[in-house]
Amino acid sequence: MKRQDLPTIRNAQATPCARLPTLSGARFRDTVLRAIEGGSRVSALLTLAPDAASPTLLAVLADDLAGHLALVQGRLEPGEAFRAMTPHAPEVHLFERELAESGVRVEGHPHLEPVRASPPAATRFVTLGGDGHEVAVGPVHAGIIEPGHFRFQCLGEDVLQLEIALGYQHRGVERAMVSSPHGDPRRRVHYAETLAGDTTIGHGTAHALVMEALAATPAPPRGQAIRGIGLELERLANHVGDLGALANDVAFLPTASYCGRLRGDFLNLTALVCGSRFGRGLVRPGGVGFDLDAVRRDELLDRLRATRADLRSAIDLLWSASSVLGRFQETGRLTRADADQLGLVGPAARATGAERDVRKDFAFDLYRFVHVPTANWHTGDVFARAYVRQLEIEHALAYVEDQLLTLPAGPTRVAAPLDAPLARDHLAVALVEGWRGELVHLAVTDADGRLARYKVVDPSFHNWQGLAHALRDQAISDFPLCNKSFNLSYAGHDL
Amino acid sequence: MFRILQARLQQGHRTMRYPDGPPPPLPDRFRGRLLMDRARCPDTCRACADACPTTALTFPTPTSPRLDLGRCLFCTDCVAACPTEALGHLRDPQLAARDREALIVDPTVPADRLEVAHAALSAELQRVFGRSLKLRQVSAGGCNACESDLNVLSTVGWDIGRFGIQFVASPRHADGLVLTGPIPDHMALAVQKTWAAIPGPKIAIAVGACAISGGPYAGHPEVHDGLPGFPTTGDVHTNDDASPLDEGHARGTGGASAIPIALHIPGCPPHPLTILDGFLRLLGRLPAR
Repeated sequence: MKRQDLPTIRNAQATPCARLPTLSGARFRDTVLRAIEGGSRVSALLTLAPDAASPTLLAVLADDLAGHLALVQGRLEPGEAFRAMTPHAPEVHLFERELAESGVRVEGHPHLEPVRASPPAATRFVTLGGDGHEVAVGPVHAGIIEPGHFRFQCLGEDVLQLEIALGYQHRGVERAMVSSPHGDPRRRVHYAETLAGDTTIGHGTAHALVMEALAATPAPPRGQAIRGIGLELERLANHVGDLGALANDVAFLPTASYCGRLRGDFLNLTALVCGSRFGRGLVRPGGVGFDLDAVRRDELLDRLRATRADLRSAIDLLWSASSVLGRFQETGRLTRADADQLGLVGPAARATGAERDVRKDFAFDLYRFVHVPTANWHTGDVFARAYVRQLEIEHALAYVEDQLLTLPAGPTRVAAPLDAPLARDHLAVALVEGWRGELVHLAVTDADGRLARYKVVDPSFHNWQGLAHALRDQAISDFPLCNKSFNLSYAGHDL
Repeated sequence: MFRILQARLQQGHRTMRYPDGPPPPLPDRFRGRLLMDRARCPDTCRACADACPTTALTFPTPTSPRLDLGRCLFCTDCVAACPTEALGHLRDPQLAARDREALIVDPTVPADRLEVAHAALSAELQRVFGRSLKLRQVSAGGCNACESDLNVLSTVGWDIGRFGIQFVASPRHADGLVLTGPIPDHMALAVQKTWAAIPGPKIAIAVGACAISGGPYAGHPEVHDGLPGFPTTGDVHTNDDASPLDEGHARGTGGASAIPIALHIPGCPPHPLTILDGFLRLLGRLPAR
């Protein structure tokens, strides 16, 4: 199929499954590869009915410039193998491993190792032999950090290759999201909020958008505004925390101390809105669970402005220290071409000069009307990943302030019962720009309007590859700094 | 150097005086344990229990509700489902208890059995750990919310180093294990190895609904429903055959003993003050109120 003939949807829109032509396995592959060649990104690649003898494949292709999502569907014949696209398009590397893990026969893939469902300990790592040696780290790490395994192939101090084996956090979320056999609709929103606990509002919003699209119950403007405020407060807390943690990893303690505390101030602003520092209970399908009265709004504004002054002094200090710049610059470099080929998203991609940002390219909720400037930098190193965060902090502060001053009137939520009928045989996709980058939630309903398939793509799913790549030809001692500059989610990857 | 000093002056001294001074203020919408006003409940109404995603709130008999703080996500589902506004959250951050059973309370009684004594270690262990407790944290399926608010305790505002409590980088340096998450099957061995690597005498602390009961993942075949009953060695059964709402627990084989839990800290995630309060009461460093 030609790219322009592909069925497309906008972000947070549902479409009848019948609208998607079913291609053969070979044509599916050809179509997806041609779209990638034409500049599209793979936001999701999945099998709809993993256990079927003849699996159905679905690709969601993001066209950042056009602002739409193209949907490609294919079906393999019973016993037919899918010829891997990874040799031509590295960005689907992990997606195809996921396909294989869910039972699709994938051929010609360079490295079909576990993703999450099978035990990560079974991973067969690429080794170098010769004079090289291996360093194995994890799953338990030396701090309060989620578990994962890093396998370095080193020559002396230099890392020639880093392979990251995850899946230790696998809790079966996608399986439990669907209606049968054991899925409990009461738990769905809690799964969304704990997919990656530091992205409670991001994943909560993506889940809400996809359910709202299927139930045709969009959130009212005031609800959209409040969850946008929540989403930016989440970005602020995490970006500020990351700048502090980066300072800590180069032993620059003033900024580490100040940002560690200031991160808490932003978490407390979220708690002022909804009682929870992580935004638990804030976002619900149909809107938000908490309103902002005038007194609360004014307190938010006052505290936001006070925190901003302290924050600027803490961050300016970071850039004034030559020892910090000396460690950040040129460390863990990725080129724009690397980022594009690996399909990176979020600040990690924007730090290489890319401009993709869901808030701009696939604007949802009130981002359709109030634009957040896209922050990017071109050097692709630790410095760039830190600097992009600082720019995004400034933009987020301005956005939250603006939204608080112009809150739409009206209700905060269109509540629909948990068992409200969803559109039958429909498919919906929602993209949200979380603080780590693009969050994708995709849901498919069956002929009874029940959830039959639910797919989550956390930005970490793309970006772990970026970290592995950034470590090539780096000193192994720079791993903690590089890792922190990505600060990826294990739980969000492992689902 | 001058700029660093200037910034230091602007940022000020930020470590809280608690417990010698007042605790940090909690948000007015803080969600502590549920309180139910039975006088407002229509006779046969079970809307709250029906809405609960984790069977934390149940009615074992038609007239006596039961609340398991170890299962509670402190979410808003029951409160929102109540037709008569009979349910609300207390603003008390004090939730940690030594015994798992002490977390099962009558939601119609405000104080109930959550007594300070329930958190304290024996006098012997208090003597050993009271002024220096080094903890190894392991996240086993934690979503990074409990982990984040454990990390916060080491920032300048909270500074748990003041109490001799420190999170250390190796189990070999530790006096205890702090576990978060429901323990996915893929982490079972790592949890056992970490526990084995900590020299005795040692304690274990379960932080968050996942570590205490599996949280929202309770009953999933991929996890072990947290630390209670989790065996120190050997294979563990998963919830393979259980339905999501069964009272599933990790069940050991081969007669291995379970990791003993010295403190349960409920929440999803618990507020840092709830965690700190639990630690301090465990060590006998907070006076009875």
